[in-house]
Amino acid sequence: MSVTERRLIRETSFGLTGKLWQVSWLYVLLLCALASVGYVALYSAGGGAEPYASRHILRFAFGLTLMLSIAMVDIRFIARLSWVAYAGGVILLLMVAHMGHVGKGAQRWIDLGGMQWQPSEFMKLALILALASWFHRASWERMGNPLFLLPPALAVLVPVGLILKQPNLGTAVITAVVGATVFLGAGLRWWKVVVLVGAAAAAVPLAYNHLHDYQRARITTFLNPESDPLGAGYNIIQSKIALGSGGMWGKGFMQGTQNHLNFLPEKQTDFVFTIIAEEFGLAGTLAVLGLLTVLVFGGMLMALRCRHQYGRLVALGISMNFFMYVFVNVAMVMGAIPVGGVPLPLISHGGSAMIMVMIAFGVLMSVYVHRDVEFSDGREDG
Amino acid sequence: MPVRRESKRTGVFTRRALLVAGAQLTALGVLGAKLYQVQVVEGAKYATLADTNRISARLIAPPRGRLLDRSGVAVGGNNQNWRALLIAEQTADVGSTLDAFAKIVTLADHERARIERELRRHRRFIPITVREFLSWEDMAAIEVNAPDLPGILIDVGTTRQYPFGASLAHVVGYVAPPNESDMGEEPMLALPGIRIGRSGLEKFHDLKLRGKAGAVQLEVNAVGRVIRELERQEGTQGEDITLTIDATLQQQVLSHLGDESASAVVMDCRNGEVLAMATNPSFDPSVFNSGVSQAQWLEWTKNRRAPLINKAAAGLYAPGSTFKMVVALAGMEAKAISPWDKINCPGFLDLGDSRFHCWSRGGHGMLDLHGGLKNSCDVYFYEVARRTGMDHIAAMANRFGLGVPLDIELPGARKGFVPTRNWRIAQGHPWNIGDTIVHGIGQGYLQLTPMSLCTMVSRLATGRAVQPHLTRSIGGVIQRGARAEDWPSLGLSERELHAVRDGMWAVINEEHGTAPIAKLLLPNIQMAGKTGSTQVRRVSREAREHGFKSEDMPWEFRPHALFVAFAPYDAPKYALAVVVEHGNAGAATAAPIARDIMTDVLNRDPAAHREAPAQRVAEGGHSG
Repeated sequence: MSVTERRLIRETSFGLTGKLWQVSWLYVLLLCALASVGYVALYSAGGGAEPYASRHILRFAFGLTLMLSIAMVDIRFIARLSWVAYAGGVILLLMVAHMGHVGKGAQRWIDLGGMQWQPSEFMKLALILALASWFHRASWERMGNPLFLLPPALAVLVPVGLILKQPNLGTAVITAVVGATVFLGAGLRWWKVVVLVGAAAAAVPLAYNHLHDYQRARITTFLNPESDPLGAGYNIIQSKIALGSGGMWGKGFMQGTQNHLNFLPEKQTDFVFTIIAEEFGLAGTLAVLGLLTVLVFGGMLMALRCRHQYGRLVALGISMNFFMYVFVNVAMVMGAIPVGGVPLPLISHGGSAMIMVMIAFGVLMSVYVHRDVEFSDGREDG
Repeated sequence: MPVRRESKRTGVFTRRALLVAGAQLTALGVLGAKLYQVQVVEGAKYATLADTNRISARLIAPPRGRLLDRSGVAVGGNNQNWRALLIAEQTADVGSTLDAFAKIVTLADHERARIERELRRHRRFIPITVREFLSWEDMAAIEVNAPDLPGILIDVGTTRQYPFGASLAHVVGYVAPPNESDMGEEPMLALPGIRIGRSGLEKFHDLKLRGKAGAVQLEVNAVGRVIRELERQEGTQGEDITLTIDATLQQQVLSHLGDESASAVVMDCRNGEVLAMATNPSFDPSVFNSGVSQAQWLEWTKNRRAPLINKAAAGLYAPGSTFKMVVALAGMEAKAISPWDKINCPGFLDLGDSRFHCWSRGGHGMLDLHGGLKNSCDVYFYEVARRTGMDHIAAMANRFGLGVPLDIELPGARKGFVPTRNWRIAQGHPWNIGDTIVHGIGQGYLQLTPMSLCTMVSRLATGRAVQPHLTRSIGGVIQRGARAEDWPSLGLSERELHAVRDGMWAVINEEHGTAPIAKLLLPNIQMAGKTGSTQVRRVSREAREHGFKSEDMPWEFRPHALFVAFAPYDAPKYALAVVVEHGNAGAATAAPIARDIMTDVLNRDPAAHREAPAQRVAEGGHSG
């Protein structure tokens, strides 16, 4: 390491006050704005602060505290725990496979601390950490070595397989895409990327044969929602009606007929975006979509700004994960993709999902706070 | 070269991160574009769909118009129907609510079974009818015990009510729930509790009585529960229709029919207003409102007195001697006879091999028209018919409203039948002179209704072609036909008409007339009339000569008894026709009834009982 470079690297350790100064408070403000959007939407969904909105904001306050606490934790310490978290995630997934709750045809919930958790949410974060940890010490040359790539590939496939078994197609796909993004950022050779994408495309018809009936129904109704307007297609049709009837400026706060007359299915959770669309129109949806985009790119900027590979890859993975939530959820309520069970982060009602998102943002913020720390990749020539 | 290695790795990451960001931006851009497509480009379509989702238009049935008698008394009205309803979602336990209800107001097992069936079929917030037609006592009991009856509420609907019940059943008719074939044309008929006219005036004026349905736009939620009313458009109430009938007189007339299977029609002979049209036996029209049981239906249809048939307008009888006035007028118009031409009655008329008997075996001797009608001499009218010919008789009958459709507002009314020679020949039979002769005394193929006989008498009395009708005003507008001038003259010579009226006067008021029993016991008012008895079964001459009495025959073979009359004789106002089925002789059975009816009519003077005349007169026919 050259002298100039050494100068640029900050102190290996700095005080709590200094760390707080390094937190991106603008980013925190944007998160608060998003949670406020959630408050407004859930206020409308519940016809008042109860039962959703007030709990939503309490959870957010708790999540924010958690996030800032995690942001104070040294990223190198987090890095050391990466594989521990990964192991924990896999154990939780195995547990849920044997003793979890069955809900909506899938076994994906587990009781912890009075809340129901989806271990797959935690698994995604742990996977990002583990992959970043693995690639942190990988030189460009080593990235060309297939034997070096085999363990992280397995590290992706094991949880993806377990999540598919639940079955939870949406989360499995998101997990695979997030893992692949980390691979890409770590420097996977392009031809391998092409082969991977090809293999994934080839697996689609194979996967379809292994889908559960409810998942196939979802695809069939996605392709033609009117085929079953009162059954499986009902959600898609009603959600599109809510979306479309909002028009440019919406029907006004608390004035959404689809929302208040209960035509909207699961409106406070997965379909919360339709409330915004119906009551605030295209103006509202584009504003919210813009806010989400800013948050995604904020994460990407943090990745670019980071001086160590571990932090870069973690920030990339977390941003990608957040992006996938947003994309899949919004595309789902528009009936553009046949996936269910993906909430809109920080807007949808749901405690465990909110906490997990805030933990991930805490790790992201830790990356940002510790963006300039000296973080050896463990190689002798460093 | 650590720095170069580090920068290589960093450069790759930076490029790829930017690539990923580009892909994310593209994807989010596509979402934004798709949102624009759905929310703005197709927005109108989805806005319509959202309204379709939330707005449910429902029809509200207006109250059915009332039917009033000529002085404004309701003969077909709407009664409030207090009902107990149950809303399942408002009670924790439907069973215990019904148990409590059964303790306060009885609840039969089959009622309970029906309620439970309906509860299963409907959503929990839809009210189910527990009991209809609650009395005040029941309602008070339910109100007092309301705390024990969660989910029970009382509401009011309407039901058709006939205050005069059976006495006007054949005229007013009845309403019943529409069946599926009625539904197609009118969505209002699909409403619960709606009734349509099935018979009588209820059927004839059904569209006017129904009114126009209103509509209410309701906002409903995803499960169909009503959230609020958005818009209400009241319907048009059905029109009130005033009849020519006098309900009080109707009851009096019916009471004079006693236990006979009989019918009577009373008309204002100056304008054709039907003041009473009674048929005995009758039925309770309100039974159809809630549904007729199989047993009740069988009892009605098997009854040989046919209570469901309006005998006055649909019963067909040979007119017998009541037809003789028409024969006389036909003869005079054809110049075959004059009122003072005398015809000898030896008790029979021989024609070729056939001998036609007079009802009087000894004969009446020399008779002019006055004597022929007064004695109802058969031979006199055999001879008149023979001289006149059937076609003249039939044409005259038609002018008197016999055998032609009368414009009466009763869907079941029949026009009867008057034969002509051509009709018989068209059937492949010859028309013999003997056929003409039997039609001269109102027998043969003649089939007429009491309604048309009353019309005949009215036209005789006034010389005008009055049509019988039952509707006086619709929605307060007097219909055409209420004034005598509305009706054209028959174009008959007043002298000839007078000769016939004179004969009818003699029947009652002269010594040795056929029906002195019908003489009115009123000062200064005289009635003119004519008897008739028509054989249902042919009685042989031998039987007759061996002292046969028709009273000895089984009821259904006895002759029908008829009587037609008008009064006052010098200024005709009222006409009537009475037909007693199997009543034997007209003079013995029908004439006293006619006398009693006319006495009541003249005492009551129903033509004077009427609503204030309206300013306007409706265009078109009197039946509207």
